[in-house]
Amino acid sequence: MATVEDYVARIEETCGEEKSAVVTFKYNKKDEAIAKIMKKAELKNSLSGIIFELFFQGTSFRMFSSGKVVFKGIKSKEAVHDILAALLL
Amino acid sequence: MISKINGFTIKYAKVNDDGTLDYEDFESKFSSKTKLASLSQVSNVSGVINDVKRIAKVAHENGALMLVDGAQSVPHMPVDVRDLDVDFLAFSGHKMLGPTGIGALYGKKSLLETMAPFQGGGEMIKDVIFNQKTGRCGIDWNEPPWKFEAGTPNICGGVALMEAVKYLENIGMSEVLKHEKMLTEYAVKTMQSCCTKLVLYGTSDPALKCGIMPFGIAGLSSHDVALFLDNYGIMVRSGFHCAQPLHQVFKLQSSARASFYIYNTREEIDRFVEVLQEIEKF
Repeated sequence: MATVEDYVARIEETCGEEKSAVVTFKYNKKDEAIAKIMKKAELKNSLSGIIFELFFQGTSFRMFSSGKVVFKGIKSKEAVHDILAALLL
Repeated sequence: MISKINGFTIKYAKVNDDGTLDYEDFESKFSSKTKLASLSQVSNVSGVINDVKRIAKVAHENGALMLVDGAQSVPHMPVDVRDLDVDFLAFSGHKMLGPTGIGALYGKKSLLETMAPFQGGGEMIKDVIFNQKTGRCGIDWNEPPWKFEAGTPNICGGVALMEAVKYLENIGMSEVLKHEKMLTEYAVKTMQSCCTKLVLYGTSDPALKCGIMPFGIAGLSSHDVALFLDNYGIMVRSGFHCAQPLHQVFKLQSSARASFYIYNTREEIDRFVEVLQEIEKF
């Protein structure tokens, strides 16, 4: 059974930005992860096929084609993990 | 960290709204109790060049020593510790084409000679003599710098850093500074004229700063900007740059920071600005 860890290389809390989190997908799984998220989340805005503003279950976030996602103002890494589980699994 | 161990008081000097140092405020902080004044010669956030010589003079007039963080100045400009008359100056290898994990601390020889070692190990001891009467060993420390270089040193790092120093000296630090000034002037002009949502933080006067450009784009976080630029192979730093209090002064959540060095070109700044114009459409 797939897990969030199958897709995610690391979740880092950023300095600044009121405890945002940056998620980095594993390189060989990033395209699959991006496709899954694009399917489940609502696309609000995008630019040049690089940055995507998305909305899912009351949370806005920005995803990058390089395989990174920025969640702003997130409470904890566990909260990010829960959203990723809902998006990816 | 040391104030927690030794219990001394740290006083902080103010900066002006443009990121330049408030010299009068700094100088007002000195008293007969002041032991050490510390200052970055160049801010790693704003790129502002501080007048270290002026503060060192005031420090010495008040009987204090002067410690300078030269991590952002030594790689980018001529730095003469004798002319500045600073007591200590530290810099890092990885910011000047050298390897990570190595740097240097300059100290006046007369001061180093009076200081005790902070670490034990090979090379830092001259003599160990057992006293038959007291049953104890007497130790003579080695001369500086060996007194402070206990154990097997980072030999590879030292050799590589020396090569980086030779490389930069061969170019000439005045030439390095001249090139960076040219790039900074060009970047300020281009960013201000071509970008509509971009804000440059701190002073944009190239005469007052090195090639460090902190900026933000309205509606986007510094991390959004950095990740977008990354897709075009352009690297900038985002976040606090290890300087949260300065961001509080600027009333910023964080900032993106572009920085230039000898290998950068005007064409690269053109490309950087093109991508900034692109992200402004978001």
